[in-house]
Amino acid sequence: MGKLFAVVVAIIALVSTAIFASHIWWLPVDISAHGHAIDRQLTETMATSGALFVLSQLALAVFAWRYGDRKDGRAIKLFPGGATPMVVFATILVGAEVLALTFVGSKVWAGIYQTPPDPNSLQIDVQAEQFAFYFRYPGADGRFGAVHPERIDEGSGNFFGLDPANDTTARDDIVVPSLAIPINRPVLLTLRAKDVNHAFYVPELRIQQDFVPGLVIPLHFTATQVGKHEIVCTQLCGLGHYNMRAYVEVMSQEQFDQWLKERAAEQ
Amino acid sequence: MTQTTAHHHAPPRGFLRTHVFSLDHKVIGKQYLDLALVAVCTGMVLSWLMRFHLAWPETPIPGLDRVSPNGAAGGVITPEYYLALMTMHGTIMVFFVLTTAPFAGFGNYFLPIQVGAEDMAFPRINMSSFWVTLVAFLVLIAAFFVGDGPPLSGWTAYAPLSAVGKDAGPGQGVGQTLWAVSITLFCVAQLLGALNFITTTLDLRTQGMSLARMPYATWAWFITSVIGLVAFAVLMPACILLLLDRLAGTSFFIPGGLVISDRLQPHSGGSPLLWQHLFWFFGHPEVYIAILPGFGIISQILPVFARKPLLGPRVLIACLIAIAFLSYTVWGHHMFLSGMTPFSATLFSVPTLVITIPATIVTLLWIGTIYGAKLRFTTPALFCLGFVSVFVSGGISGFFLAQPSIDTYLHGTYFVVGHFHFVMGVAAMFGIFAGTYFWAPKMFGRMMNETLGKWHFWLTFIGVYCVFMPMHYLGLAGNVRRYSAFTDDYLKPMIPLHRFITIAALFTGAAQLIFLFNLVRTRLRGPKAPDNPWEATTLEWSTTSPPPFDNFGGRPPVVYRGPNEYGGTGAGGDYVMQASPQAAGPG
Repeated sequence: MGKLFAVVVAIIALVSTAIFASHIWWLPVDISAHGHAIDRQLTETMATSGALFVLSQLALAVFAWRYGDRKDGRAIKLFPGGATPMVVFATILVGAEVLALTFVGSKVWAGIYQTPPDPNSLQIDVQAEQFAFYFRYPGADGRFGAVHPERIDEGSGNFFGLDPANDTTARDDIVVPSLAIPINRPVLLTLRAKDVNHAFYVPELRIQQDFVPGLVIPLHFTATQVGKHEIVCTQLCGLGHYNMRAYVEVMSQEQFDQWLKERAAEQ
Repeated sequence: MTQTTAHHHAPPRGFLRTHVFSLDHKVIGKQYLDLALVAVCTGMVLSWLMRFHLAWPETPIPGLDRVSPNGAAGGVITPEYYLALMTMHGTIMVFFVLTTAPFAGFGNYFLPIQVGAEDMAFPRINMSSFWVTLVAFLVLIAAFFVGDGPPLSGWTAYAPLSAVGKDAGPGQGVGQTLWAVSITLFCVAQLLGALNFITTTLDLRTQGMSLARMPYATWAWFITSVIGLVAFAVLMPACILLLLDRLAGTSFFIPGGLVISDRLQPHSGGSPLLWQHLFWFFGHPEVYIAILPGFGIISQILPVFARKPLLGPRVLIACLIAIAFLSYTVWGHHMFLSGMTPFSATLFSVPTLVITIPATIVTLLWIGTIYGAKLRFTTPALFCLGFVSVFVSGGISGFFLAQPSIDTYLHGTYFVVGHFHFVMGVAAMFGIFAGTYFWAPKMFGRMMNETLGKWHFWLTFIGVYCVFMPMHYLGLAGNVRRYSAFTDDYLKPMIPLHRFITIAALFTGAAQLIFLFNLVRTRLRGPKAPDNPWEATTLEWSTTSPPPFDNFGGRPPVVYRGPNEYGGTGAGGDYVMQASPQAAGPG
């Protein structure tokens, strides 16, 4: 029975690890300026914790194989040195791993979430609602009109609650249901929620952030490859949660300028 | 050392007093376990329905439309019903299975016996805590039968979705209110239970039972009670505030200016993040409430079948205490992306990573205990070994999620689902299974069938790996959780892997029928169990199987040694019982 257990555990450990290593299911292509740091951090964590995983499972397997009760009257063997060397070993090994991950990982995190956005960022206002995203560009004046929740009206397409009659800055705001951004230009999103929590997740951009009602949350990144990808909601928001999505299209600066001009004309 | 007698009540007369409204901790323990059994069957059926729907979203499930004409018209699960099944699955499993069985169930039955007491310190409070738990369960189940259906905001019930009422969509009316009432009641029951466990451990230990001689399971239940006392004391007021937001027009968790279902909500000034902080201040310690009893059970059972003392028992206790303290400092790792200041992410990340140190040490103590052992591969032993394996698998993925920089990619994906199912779901269930096979002879006076037990182990062990390991792959590929269907272009290629998981889950679920059959058969007509079938040392094995009403037949045991005396070569075998005055042999 011990041998069977050992074989099963060893197979489970090795097959699982092989599938991880094969990258059959793996992160999609990275299209962001910061993503390589996340990918490196993840790969390093995968290597170190993967080694811990395999070693622990194999130790369990080997001991189960070797130390079955054979009724041969042999005495038990105590672990060499008792618990103390093991405690010291585990503390140093895992402690070093913890320190390494914290130092490197905090830098990666800080580089994305704790650095101020580039002052020349393209600013886009994002409103999440059950079950759609809307994006607002400031228009020719470069300024966003103020939002008034009581003016929000889905029927007339006033998703942000703008007041163009009284607010001149709101008149040229461009509101669209999908996001377009220029390549290699820093983008600053300001995330607002109309009703409940939502989240902004683009796996290819390596970025995820909640929308929280009552808060305006900044999120900045730079896309480095052209292409079109899905933006999905990852915070449970109600029955249509699974279907809440929009697209982000990364385009050249010229295409983007043209796109924005066309959208402005449609408003 | 205090020696007090708790059993002020005489043996009960009549069926109701003996089996229903019993003050006997053993009956109450079994009642908790039976409740957990009903709950786990319910939760498992819900997971089958979810898994089936994810794999074959268009295929009708026969008969389901009769159970829920609205949620599954024509037998096909609607998106809102999927989320309701998920919410109820999570709530039932976390509260009424993973908290109820290993802590309240086994703890109630065995903690007093293991410390040599006749009963809990407060038997009436003990009975009340069970009945309040039962009412909490019934209130939750009632949500299936209300007009707009069960709640759908997940077991975490994030506000404002959970707070604004029926404007937020189906299930968010009466169903969500019932959810909050149920959890409030559950907290009351847990607080009463925790007080009882703590008092019993501190005040009712028999002569000679110093803290250092306490069995490891009792240590774990004791520490878990302390965690629970603080954690549930935070969740209860949080749920009451949620109820006030829902029913009394307050705005604790709802900010101003929300437009839901085209209606400007009449609230202002609340904070959705306040709910998250309160919930996770409870929620993360809750993970340890679910798993620490498993740690204790495994640490107690493993030496019995290794025929060898546990390696480093004092280190184990120190690690359990360290984990308990650290469990209160890590809640923010659930909220890295919640909109709280990103500076706090590092602060919460460090203790989250540090908690892996005591967890690793405990795991190594178990593996080191197996080294040089004389393992007897009984069913409880197999579940102990399986526990170590799945706990390692679940714990390792914690290294990823503890880091905000990686969590920014993996948060909200199936990687998290795989992680917590392994580490607090499957591992805790393996602890429950190990405990059931180990203690069934004592609780029911009958031995469980070993052949069926081993089939149950192998099918479950392989099954859970087939179910939960692939979820990590899905998460790496960006597969979002809590989706009732995968309609996104990038998610469609993952459906075949979801089908594999579903088939594995249905098989693993079916394997649990072997356990159910074995359990029911044992209770009805299993072979009679001797007093100490496993040759174990703790006090429950010094009394009859099952123990008499006052546990030790009017003769409180005297304890002469710790629970760890295995592997000797004395005249009485390779072990010395705690209540045995005979000196240990060399070895």
